[in-house]
Amino acid sequence: MTALLANPLVQLVIALLALLGFVGLNGLVLVWMERKVVGFIQRRPGPFEVGPHGLLQPLADALKLIGKQLVTPRGADRPLFWLAPILSVMPVPLCFLPIPFSPLLTGMELNVGVVLILAFSGLNVLALCLAGWGSNNKYSLLGAARAVSQSVAYEIPLLLTVLCIAFQSGSLNLNVIAGHQSGILHWNLWVQPLAFVMFFIAATAETNRAPFDLPEAESELTAGHHTEYSGMGFGLFMLAEYMYMIIICGMAAVLFMGGWDGPVAPGWWWMVIKIYAMLAAMMWFRWTFPRVRFDQLLNVCWKWLIPLGLANLLATALIMKLVG
Amino acid sequence: MATLGQTIKSLWSMVVGMKVTGIEFFKPKLTVHYPRKEVDNLGTYRGHCDLVAREDDPLTPKCIMCGICVDNCPSGCLSLTMHVVGEGKPRPAGGAGELMLAQEVILPGSIKKAPPTGKAERVLDSFRLNYNYCSLCGLCVQNCPVSSLAWSREAYLVGRSRQEFEFDLLARLRAKAASSQGVKAA
Amino acid sequence: MALEANYGMVGDFYTQNFTTTHTGDGDTLILNLGPQHPSTHGVLRVVVELDGEYVKKAEPVLGYIHRMHEKMGEVKTYLQYLPNMGRVDYLHALGWNWAYVGAVEKLMGIEVPERAEFIRVITCELNRISSHLLWWGAYLLDLGAFTPILYAFADRERIMDILQMVTGSRLTYCYYRFGGVSADIGEKFISDLRAFLAQFKARIPMFHELVTGNMILRGRCVDIGVLPVEMCRRYGATGPVLRGSGVAYDVRRFEPYSVYDQLDFDVPVGKAGDAMDRYDVRVAEMVQSVRIIEQALDKLPEGPFLNPDLPDRFIPEPGEVYYSVEGARGKIGVYIVSDGSPKPYRLKLRSPSFSNLSLFAELSQGTLLGDAISIMGSLDLVIPEIDR
Repeated sequence: MTALLANPLVQLVIALLALLGFVGLNGLVLVWMERKVVGFIQRRPGPFEVGPHGLLQPLADALKLIGKQLVTPRGADRPLFWLAPILSVMPVPLCFLPIPFSPLLTGMELNVGVVLILAFSGLNVLALCLAGWGSNNKYSLLGAARAVSQSVAYEIPLLLTVLCIAFQSGSLNLNVIAGHQSGILHWNLWVQPLAFVMFFIAATAETNRAPFDLPEAESELTAGHHTEYSGMGFGLFMLAEYMYMIIICGMAAVLFMGGWDGPVAPGWWWMVIKIYAMLAAMMWFRWTFPRVRFDQLLNVCWKWLIPLGLANLLATALIMKLVG
Repeated sequence: MATLGQTIKSLWSMVVGMKVTGIEFFKPKLTVHYPRKEVDNLGTYRGHCDLVAREDDPLTPKCIMCGICVDNCPSGCLSLTMHVVGEGKPRPAGGAGELMLAQEVILPGSIKKAPPTGKAERVLDSFRLNYNYCSLCGLCVQNCPVSSLAWSREAYLVGRSRQEFEFDLLARLRAKAASSQGVKAA
Repeated sequence: MALEANYGMVGDFYTQNFTTTHTGDGDTLILNLGPQHPSTHGVLRVVVELDGEYVKKAEPVLGYIHRMHEKMGEVKTYLQYLPNMGRVDYLHALGWNWAYVGAVEKLMGIEVPERAEFIRVITCELNRISSHLLWWGAYLLDLGAFTPILYAFADRERIMDILQMVTGSRLTYCYYRFGGVSADIGEKFISDLRAFLAQFKARIPMFHELVTGNMILRGRCVDIGVLPVEMCRRYGATGPVLRGSGVAYDVRRFEPYSVYDQLDFDVPVGKAGDAMDRYDVRVAEMVQSVRIIEQALDKLPEGPFLNPDLPDRFIPEPGEVYYSVEGARGKIGVYIVSDGSPKPYRLKLRSPSFSNLSLFAELSQGTLLGDAISIMGSLDLVIPEIDR
């Protein structure tokens, strides 16, 4: 039995299965949390009727979505249209694999964990692009065009800030990066505050969250790339959006806040707390700010984040060279 | 330098906005959970019109059957029927002394002249409101010369079909009087 | 685009007509914004030609909610037509109530008691605040901020509670009558109103903190949709749209009706005529409305709320009359021709939204799609009022 568990392949399968459960559960919790947060901000109770304080509401919604008819619009490219939501969700478990919830609770320790996450989360753009193209809907097409240019633009500052941390730690392995920051005072957050802020902004844009939710800008493009999706097609897109939020917040927790490290009793719970704190902040953003315009969004990236990120990277490299 | 100051000011505006929503987050909720609680201002809600009974007789409305309400209703949802008792009408021949009376129907737009004023007493047979078409303007109530109409305060009217909203207000009045008398008797 | 490539979906008359007359070279996208679209606020449809995200040409298509209000005026008696007025612009129903009632009073020479005039001022201004509040929330909804509309509704709900006390309804009021109003305002109304005004004044700084000063909002409004005065004049724009461009035209000030000449209030104007100015003007107008209501409450005289010597039936002499009031969206005008019968011979409604929408086509040319939405929101359109 122990020998079987020691087999890396078996470990991987277990990790993947556990992650799938984690993904599903977190999706439900996040939907509920988002609706509660927005309700409280708007002085409403949020979901209230299904289960105590609406706890079972997301489950009911999920059942409803599963039960709904899947409609393919006339003139849509059927294979691409239905491939898109699947493609959007598929890389999610892979992206979770290298994220260390604790030294032991890591799906797969990888030397290039950061790169793997960034690479596979980049697949989401393809999904949005396919959704927009396959829908035979002009709103979807506009949304997809926006999604592509936005994602391409914001991956650069994301990478630049991640590189700063990689320079500092000398590794792309998330476990190593987290291991370097034991003790709250050693968190990269204090050394790289600018990088953290930029990472967070870029992360918000990368996950298409308000105020950067241009691809699905409701008041302009009705629902952007997923205008035409019904039932679980839409459900998968939504699940993917929430999952990428968790992934990116998990990355932020590992890169800047020491992962499982905490003032007392370090462990995976600290990781979860950090992730959810950042998710709450993202929700707080969403329900406070208006949406930026498309050119402003790109201006922020190309004119502010990328030069600042480069300068930050240069300074980091310089200091590392001088100190190290 | 001015640009930098401007930028910092702009960024600060975001923090201010988040402060506002952050404070609102912890304020008490404004929602009234409907089935468990109800809003408290239904007393001023203006529902459909209802007949008002005479002070001395809870079963008879004050209505003098002048038809002004019927004539004024923009949607034509009121209609009433009545008959006349007393002078000026021929007694029917034969029978067991019972009065047989011609029934008159007042429909929207049917009034061409002011109603006759004689000693003949008019008796209301029915007072129908088709609530499906009512726009709750209140013209019937306000133009009633004897204040025989009032607004009901029913905000939670539901039904399964249109027919359920075709009220006979006279029957409603009598039912209400009967139930309140029943309460008194009990 | 070739019909086959459109999968048989060729569009209706308007799309086809637009396609045959459009300016593009074939690389453009014809997009129907509406009639079902989140930011057209009702059933307005705008056919736009997009070059990338730039609006090359926009054409509003009207008529989706045409209810023949003007024709209904010809088949109903003067009194029966009253409830229609609450439905033309449901957000500022009392403004329309007033315009029609005022026109009939002018036609028939009916006197309105002074108390009724003050009650009209109070309720109409209160309705204006609620209308502007809804616009505020809906505009921010157009710009992608979801929360402000709920905050606006918290206040608007209180206004509706107060107005419900006298009007009995919450949206499509039918409260004014020829020669006065249909119900008097009581002690509770006045005390509740005063409490609301105090609370509302304290809340406006919060609105400014949350929204007006926000960097993103300013980016979406400042220098967007700059509306020159000359263009306002060509299209007949009125109300906050015109005042945002710097023209201090307000019917309440320039053709004072009722008791507005006894009240002290400012007419806020903008400078540049962009969306931000229109925003500022409306927010400032809410403050001015609060001022007006406070003065009117202080000056409220005793007396009847309805002229006691009203005729039994409203049958005016032959003649014609035009009466205009300042609505939340601009100048509301009612023109009545009477032939001496119990029904108007002709009734014309001048709705401000119609003129304000007309300039959208020109104003949105060459802007980004997001800006076009922002411009449309800043015009504060109420679609039923456009179609009437």
